[in-house]
Amino acid sequence: MSLNGQAYIVGAYEHPTRKADDLSVVRLHADVAKGALEDAGLSKDDIDGYFCAGDAPGLGTTTIAEYLGLKLRHVDSTECGGSAPILHVAHAAEAIAAGRCNVALITLAGRPRAAGAALALKSPDPDAPEVQFELPFGPATQNLYGMVAKRHMYEFGTTSEQLAWIKVAASHHAQHNPHAMLRNVVTVEDVVNSPMVSDPLHRLDCCVMSDGGGALIVARPEIAKQLKRPLVKVRGTGEAPKHAAGGKIDLTWSAAKWSGAAAFAEAGVTPADIKYASLYDSFTITVLMQLEDLGFCKKGEGGRFVQDGGLISGVGKLPFNTDGGGLCNNHPANRGGVTKVIEAVRQLRGEAHPAVQVPNCDIALANGIGGALASRHTAATLILERV
Amino acid sequence: MSTTNQNPAVEKAAEKAARPAGPRRIAPPRVLPEALPFWEAAKAGRLLVKRCADCGETHYYPRDICPHCLSANTGWVESKGQGTIYSYSTMGKEEARYTLAYVTLDEGVTMLTNLVDCDPAALAIGQRVQVAFKPSDGGYPVAMFTPA
Repeated sequence: MSLNGQAYIVGAYEHPTRKADDLSVVRLHADVAKGALEDAGLSKDDIDGYFCAGDAPGLGTTTIAEYLGLKLRHVDSTECGGSAPILHVAHAAEAIAAGRCNVALITLAGRPRAAGAALALKSPDPDAPEVQFELPFGPATQNLYGMVAKRHMYEFGTTSEQLAWIKVAASHHAQHNPHAMLRNVVTVEDVVNSPMVSDPLHRLDCCVMSDGGGALIVARPEIAKQLKRPLVKVRGTGEAPKHAAGGKIDLTWSAAKWSGAAAFAEAGVTPADIKYASLYDSFTITVLMQLEDLGFCKKGEGGRFVQDGGLISGVGKLPFNTDGGGLCNNHPANRGGVTKVIEAVRQLRGEAHPAVQVPNCDIALANGIGGALASRHTAATLILERV
Repeated sequence: MSTTNQNPAVEKAAEKAARPAGPRRIAPPRVLPEALPFWEAAKAGRLLVKRCADCGETHYYPRDICPHCLSANTGWVESKGQGTIYSYSTMGKEEARYTLAYVTLDEGVTMLTNLVDCDPAALAIGQRVQVAFKPSDGGYPVAMFTPA
């Protein structure tokens, strides 16, 4: 069953906070749910499907449903890290197409910054079979992505200056976002001269750590067409995990190769049709890998694609992350998936900041990488169309 | 670069990392039953991988069920402990500095490890390395690698 045209994104909301000292995790989920409902012009009782991932407290779907007083007939708590909300949009479209629900709410929220645990990863599950073979060696997010960047440089001659251009582009966009954590425009020199975190990744190659969250509402076409908001249609979807494959490690490509191919096939479009892209930017290298794996450029040519402002709105070939992305704006709960979809929706509605709004933005893409590129991750790709 | 364009959390962590923190603690492996022979061999200074008697593929991390064909007919094979650096990244400061790496063993599988007893600045992808077992904090020794 193709999901092309089976559902629309009718509500999107990003929490304005970046440090939630006085807000609980569940309150953040509730705030963003309310914001998205208001954006859509729907009420709580319209929701009959709910989606969340591992950032939701307690029993996830059950806990949030209870707090918000939701009466549901479909729930899905598929957990795949930061890409989860992008995958949830596809699963919501699937549930709507199957008649399992009419209006689906998706939330993501958290407060790692206020909790003082921004860098503390959850203690690993002792039953996860790989932990005994990895934990003693100190895999952190930074050094795992560092290894991907180093291998890319080795294979393709990518440079730190080229990676820096990705942060530079994000900062050009963030200057227009009053909620962005980092609003100063930076230069390539600023990035490559910032302290080394885990070589070859510098501090400014890394995303922010922030509190907050976001929510989306996905509805069946008949309902979407009755609402007053611009119509944003789900046109293509794809999801795929990639793992260490029994030791056949290849760090030169990500699961976005698979999820992207599926999404483009379902949407019946090509990368050349995409006017705007929200690309997961946990690190600069994450963006470079997705550009290649989604087919915006050939494998190994990402560095040349991004340099000299290739990703800056109004300047480059492919405007990306016009809210400032995870690199400058927001990476709530250490998960960047929901904000990727929200900015794509803003662009398609023509509601992005005028300084970064892409003219005639009719087709946009959002891609997420949940987990770690160097070990195991799940990619989710979403292609949306303004109709 | 303006100081306002910093990420407070990363900055705090960077300050913490900049302080001498003493040697890095090597977390003891929390051993699952199917991997016990691997860790007992490590105690004796031997690095084991798994090979499937049905499909012939070698795999790592080792498990009972072959990830290539799902056969339970897997057996332990001793690695010569030699390989090449696939990729690596160094983080942390002074004594706590360490280098995470993927090393491709001559037996064909790539494993997560640390590169030790070397100057990280002098390392290169493709360089030959050999195993060097290091004690973990109160547990089995773990297989790290050093330039050959």
